[in-house]
This record gives sequence, C-alpha cells and structure tokens, in this order.
Amino acid sequence: MINTILITILVVAAINGLLAIILIIAEYYFSNYGECTIDINQGKKKLTVTGGATLLQSLNSQKIFLPSACGGRGTCGYCKCTIEEGGGPLLPTEEPMLTKDEIADNIRLSCQVKVKQDLLISIPEELFNIKEFTAEVNAISDLTYDIKLITLKLKNPKEIEFTPGQYIQLQSKPYENVKSSVSRAYSIASPRTSKENIDLMIRLVPEGICTTWVHQYLKENDQVMFTGPMGDFRLHEGEGEMIMVAGGSGMAPMVSLLAEIHEKKIQRKVTYFFGAKTKDDLFYMDKMEEFQKLLPDFTFIPVLSEPKPDSDWKGKTGLVTVPLEQYLKSIETDAVQAYLCGSPGMINACVKLFKNQGVSGDRIFFDPFA
Amino acid sequence: MEAISPWVLFFAAIFTGNILLTYFLGMCSFLSVSKQIKTASGLGLAVIFVLTITSAVNHIVYYNILQPLELEYLRFIVFIIVIAATVQFLEMFIERFSEVLYLNLGIFLPLITVNCAILGVSLFMVIRNYTFIQSVFFGAGSGVGWFIAIMAMAGIREKLNNKRIPPQLQGPGIALIITGIMAMAFVGFSGIVQIQ
Repeated sequence: MINTILITILVVAAINGLLAIILIIAEYYFSNYGECTIDINQGKKKLTVTGGATLLQSLNSQKIFLPSACGGRGTCGYCKCTIEEGGGPLLPTEEPMLTKDEIADNIRLSCQVKVKQDLLISIPEELFNIKEFTAEVNAISDLTYDIKLITLKLKNPKEIEFTPGQYIQLQSKPYENVKSSVSRAYSIASPRTSKENIDLMIRLVPEGICTTWVHQYLKENDQVMFTGPMGDFRLHEGEGEMIMVAGGSGMAPMVSLLAEIHEKKIQRKVTYFFGAKTKDDLFYMDKMEEFQKLLPDFTFIPVLSEPKPDSDWKGKTGLVTVPLEQYLKSIETDAVQAYLCGSPGMINACVKLFKNQGVSGDRIFFDPFA
Repeated sequence: MEAISPWVLFFAAIFTGNILLTYFLGMCSFLSVSKQIKTASGLGLAVIFVLTITSAVNHIVYYNILQPLELEYLRFIVFIIVIAATVQFLEMFIERFSEVLYLNLGIFLPLITVNCAILGVSLFMVIRNYTFIQSVFFGAGSGVGWFIAIMAMAGIREKLNNKRIPPQLQGPGIALIITGIMAMAFVGFSGIVQIQ
C-alpha cells in the first residue's frame, strides 16, 4: 500500500519535474533572441538590448519613456511609435487601437511589439526629453473631500522643464493586496516657472489602484518616482477667445495654463467653465478670483449640476454643457479655441457641442485620459 | 483493435463519431469562439494541431511510463499535465519559428489547454486500445471533426447576426439549439461505421 503511494508521488513528481525542465530549456532557447539593436530616428540614438521583451519595456530600460497610461496592456493606445523595419506583422491586439491611416504609416503599439531582431523606429523628438524623476512628497492637502493636492519636490534630477498643460506619470507602490506598481497620468498644476516643485491634483477613483494609494497610503516625505513630461496639451497661438472647460481634477492643467497666460502677458479673452456636482466639489475659488484680477480679460464660471436645495448657490446650474451652449450661441466662434480637461463623457459632449457651434476640430485641444 | 485501418478511424472520427457533435466535448470554447468565421478557423486549426500532437505524446507516456508501473489510474492527471506542457512548448516554438502561424493560431493555443476535447481524445485512445498510428489518426480526425463543427457553427451564427431572435434565446441559447440540430444530422452517419 505504502509502496503504491510512494511510487505514485514519485512518478507524478518526476513527470512534472521533467516537463518543467523541458519548458525551462525551451524558453531559454526559443525566447532568447540575443542582442538586438534599436535604431531611433535614423541613427539619432542607437540602443543595444536583450531581445525577447516588448519594445516599450526595452525602451524604458534604456531610459526612453514613451507615454503609457495602461501599463502595457494595449488598452490606452498612447505608446504608439513608427516602426520602419523589424516589427513583424500587425498583431490582432493592436488592430483596435490603430486607424487605417496609422496602419498604412507603420504605426504600432510599442507595448505589443516584441523585440526579436534589429529595429528601425522613429519617435517624436520631444520624447527624448522625458526623464525618470525621483521626488519627495513635500505636502499633501485636501482640495475637496475627494481631491488632494500633492506637492512634489524633485530630488533627481533636481529640475523639470515642461510646457504648461503637459502631464507626468506617477508610479504607485505596492500596498496591501496590490502587489504590482502601476503608472497613471496626472497633469501638472504648477506654473512653468516652478521647476523644482510640481503640483498634482488627484481625485480618488473608487477601486482605482493608484488613486487609492495616493489617498490612503502616501505620506509626506515619502519618496516617489515619476516619468515625464508628456502630452501635446498646451496653449496654441491665435487671436480669438480661449474657452476652457474642465471638471474635477481637470482643474490642474488649467491652473498651469492660466499662469502661463499671465506670465507671457497674452492679451486674449479667456472664459473658463468649471463643472462640479455640489458646492463641496468646488475648490481654488480664491485662486480663480486672483486670476480674474491678474489677467486682462478672464471670466471664471463655476457650474453646479446638483446643487443642494438648501444651499445659497446663485451661480449657473445644470451640466457644464448647458451654460456653455448658451454662451457659444451668444458669441462669434470663428477664431475661438477650446481647451478641455475632464472625464471622457464630458470631453465627448463638449467636443460635439463646440463642433456644432462652428469650432472646427483643429481648434479643440484636450488630452484624453481614461 | 489492430484490424481497423487508421484511415477508417480518421474519417469515422470526423463524421460518425464527431468529438463535438456526438460526444459533446469541447463545448465551452465551441460556444464562445464561434461568433466569427475568422477566429473560429484559427481556433479550429489550433485544435487539429494540438490534438494530433498530444494524442501521440500521451500514447507514448501512457504505454511507456504509466502501464509498466501499473499506474493507469493516474492517466487523468498526467494527461492534463502533459497537454498543458505541450501547449506551452508549442506556443514558444511557433512564436519563434513561424510568425504567420503564430498570428493565425498561436494566440489561440492557451485557450485550448483546458479544452475537454483534447483530454477526451487521449482517454478514448486508451479505453479503445488504439495503437500509436491509430491514435495519431484518431486525434487528427477528431480535430478535423471539431474544426468542421465550429466552422459550420460560425457560418450559421454570422448569418444569424442581423436576424430577429427571441431575446431569451440570444447568444448561447440559439447556439445550443443549432448544435442540437447539427448533432442530429451527424448522428445520422453513425450507422455507417461503428468504431467503439
């Protein structure tokens, strides 16, 4: 009896062990692609990496950071780059994220393409400026019951050069049941002149991995890592009125843009619609008042969608699109530029509204985080 | 069992004893991946491929390791482990050596590790005392049978796409009814050859 049990255990263990060894050897031989060279922007930079990993990981390990908000799962579509040679055929996992024109232009998702041979790729020049920063949390304060203002003091490198409107990717650390770290994008709220300290506004997303970490685990003086700056959201040249629309923590890039308008002494008319649920969701009112005094022609219009019946709210009510539509109908929209930041729902509704009111797509600017 | 020609087994496994339509094995991936012909054909090809190889590997393992040691009762667990390892191995192998094959079939391989048709074929081959050659032909035939069944299903479901189906029957409901009707048609073949 005991013999049978022993033999059984032994045989199962031996078969398992043998198969495991075969698989390990196979992985060593098959998934080993040797040294591969990645040539970026026609010889501007040449990297030598060990093949087998994804292009995004390989670039990250060499301190070149493509934007990526989903952490390499192929769902955000930020890590696009042009692969001229060596990328292999388009994968089914990339197809949904690429348009027909992009496919024709050899644009690929770098998080899905594996480095198996020498690659010839091109990436936007400014991505070379993206660096990895170590910073210390200088201060954490509550802006509302669910939005925190985080001030980071940069340690290494000590200064950041960015264009107002750009964002960084904060890396969360493992906590409790969350074993891995994730990267999430947050806009910089501080002005361009503040190079050693940056402000972030982070709203608690229920079940959100990174925001829960920021809200419940991050303490002052903690060390954090982030990469940046990234994004194309910025002020654009023009003569007409600038209309900003934001909701919640979408306030962040707008504050930085307003500071830039003041700094550069831009004389254009600026109107800022800020959407919130109740009075408790409003913040930075004093700062907005300050900007109304500082800037030549700036109007701040807070809009509450669900003001409490007993509150003494005298401003606009409804979804932010309601007063925005009224406003757009009352002005000439020929040269208007729209700057949007907020939830995908709000952005989609606003883009539709602006287009219906004669603001063409090339004058509507936003960074779609989801 | 020596008497049956491998070719008879091959065709019998496709028509008279279709692994899916007569034995109802491999139903879960059959129902969930039969919405489009393109994906169905990828999965079907992967099943043919894996069935052929695993029936051969499991035949070797069973008659060279388990039977001499009188451990036949371990066949369920050992077959599953061997199938899982084989599929992993094949995935790595294909990814390395054939990009075209990997794109069309490799991405489905992890899906069929736990497909019961694969285990079923290995068990049938033992129960029915097939020789090595017979097992390989039986495995390949079963794979082709499964491929034909899922392709037919995907074709029908693509046609059904814009048809009005009672809401209670949408999705798996109508798919099961169609499977039943197809199965009746296939059972009609079963009088031709009996391979039990």
